Amino acid sequence: MTSVSASGPENILSVRAVKKHFEVRKGLLAKKVGNVYAVDGVSFDIARGETLGLVGESGCGKSTVGRLILRLLDLTAGEVHLKGVNISELTRSEILPHRREMQMVFQDPYSSLNPKLSAGSLVSEPLRNFKQGTSAEIDQRVQMLFERVGFKREAMERYPHEFSGGQRQRLGIARALAVNPSLIVADEPVSALDVSVQAQVINLLIDLQEEFNLALLFISHDLAVVEHVSHRIAVMYVGKLVEITDTKTLFKNPLHPYTEALLSAVPVPDPRVIKKKIIIKGDVASPINPPSGCRFHTRCPHVMDRCRVEDPALQEMEAGHRVACHLHDPSGFTPSLKS
Amino acid sequence: MENSIAVANRTDSPILQIKDLRTFFDTRDGTVRAVNGLSLELYAGETLCIVGESGCGKSVTAMTILGLLPKPPARIESGEILFEGADLLKLDERDMRAIRGNDISMIFQEPMTSLNPVLTIGRQISEVISLHQGVSDRAARARAIEMLDRVRVPDPHQRVNEYPHQLSGGMRQRAMIAMALSCNPKILIADEPSTALDVTIQAQILDLMRELRDDFGTSIILITHDLGVVAEMGERVLVMYAGGKVEEASVEELFHYPLHPYSEGLMTSIPRLNESLAGDGDRVRLQEIPGMVPSLIEKIPGCLFAPRCSYASEKCEAESPQLAEHRKQHYAACWESSNFAQRMESPTS
Repeated sequence: MTSVSASGPENILSVRAVKKHFEVRKGLLAKKVGNVYAVDGVSFDIARGETLGLVGESGCGKSTVGRLILRLLDLTAGEVHLKGVNISELTRSEILPHRREMQMVFQDPYSSLNPKLSAGSLVSEPLRNFKQGTSAEIDQRVQMLFERVGFKREAMERYPHEFSGGQRQRLGIARALAVNPSLIVADEPVSALDVSVQAQVINLLIDLQEEFNLALLFISHDLAVVEHVSHRIAVMYVGKLVEITDTKTLFKNPLHPYTEALLSAVPVPDPRVIKKKIIIKGDVASPINPPSGCRFHTRCPHVMDRCRVEDPALQEMEAGHRVACHLHDPSGFTPSLKS
Repeated sequence: MENSIAVANRTDSPILQIKDLRTFFDTRDGTVRAVNGLSLELYAGETLCIVGESGCGKSVTAMTILGLLPKPPARIESGEILFEGADLLKLDERDMRAIRGNDISMIFQEPMTSLNPVLTIGRQISEVISLHQGVSDRAARARAIEMLDRVRVPDPHQRVNEYPHQLSGGMRQRAMIAMALSCNPKILIADEPSTALDVTIQAQILDLMRELRDDFGTSIILITHDLGVVAEMGERVLVMYAGGKVEEASVEELFHYPLHPYSEGLMTSIPRLNESLAGDGDRVRLQEIPGMVPSLIEKIPGCLFAPRCSYASEKCEAESPQLAEHRKQHYAACWESSNFAQRMESPTS
């Protein structure tokens, strides 16, 4: 890549104010009656060799962010830069060479692999599509990948139905790694797996990420899993980022009331721990008709008048720790959270 | 916890007792031994957790208790399920129907698919009430509204007229709970009641279940794969693996002195919250349990966990270990358990 990045040289991925609005149509003439504000202005960067965890509850738009980055969906607004190149305005054919740089690992290992292809062809398919070397070179790389994700060579002859869920997910990872991408988007890669095999896949992802120096966007609803794989974590609520910081800071010093509630809601596997739970009332707000002002204000235990009208901006509190909450507005009055 | 002491000194007889239950499925590929020799006791007012991975037989156990499995392919090979002196497996469909939803009721994982989409919430709840209690439609409806209010559904008078698709996932699960508790059952079987829900909603539902258990005094069988839920909700735990019980203990015992290598593996392989705070910011590698769950079709002579177990010896592969009491009120099915128990008694060695 020769083009100079506008967002710093080490950043593999820069997402700038991306929005995705889906139209809601109703009636016989499919008249447009509104929008689903699935993603409504999200920005972040991922550096080479870094894992960013993206957490949030169902419907918050976290998977849509992943799909926008890979251009599986077109953006409504905003920009996505991959290695300094703005890929959000490229046409379908222009984007093809960039697709090699970014690969995806899907949630459901049962429906994301073509059942009619053998494991070997599944992994070699992207290499052949992108014409990565001679067939001997491709064979060699596929063999290397199989060994790397813990399969014997014989496994190449087998078909997806002959693999268990955990094995299929390892196959999906091998396929994503085949073309040597710089960025991997993993959307809930372990949530369909049994607890005892989750650890195998999580460890494999961590190892491969370090070995191949990948930028990894790890999308999950499971905070404990995200904590384990991520260097930094971004928390989403109804289409917006509410907090982003490094993993340790997020768990030690969460600033957004939603992050606090989310951390407190996770059941702790230790009966000795008696947690004072913050149980927030109500349901996740709808992205079709998002609340005015701060989108969390309908459930927030610290809600103020200002929150109902004014949307808080994501502001930097300390180096690398950004929060969108009026409680932490450096310019305004800041009441204590521990009241 | 006072609860675990109460469990240890228990002298009353169980409200539900399962003896050596074997539920098999006949399939084209062979007989699947989904539940293979399970025994358990449930006491009045307690929460018993059954924990295990998918395919371990925990849901099949629940379905067998309520007689909800289609036969064929399901087949009860052997066993007894004793409830109030009667063997549920011997009851005919009419008698079973009088118990289901009345004395024993169930809530399911997916509230969208377990509610009828074309009937209002109120109709579905009042149907259960009028069926079992023979009250008038009006009284049943009033009770339905009362129950919805009880499970903290906002505006119950309006919600009672709504259809399942008009409710959110958390509200649907509340409606399911309202329906399950509407006849004041003695036993509530909850099969992964919070798994399909978001964390903040899960916290609400678990909180509600705790409160209702204390108010109604219902015995709960809570089926889950989430050890966090077990730690927060349970008093006693059964760990199931490949159709059988591998360990049984009070929640405290199990978490601090796991005596079966599978339970121990489960505890160490799950990512825990706040582990990043202990270290220097580096990511922590998880302990893995190698391999995968065995096929329930093939007959394996020894311990079913042996192929994945780091303590396995030749004996484990040849001979199946029986459940035995290794510490007080703490049972495990493993040849090595007594060694583990001894080591725990003398932690210095």
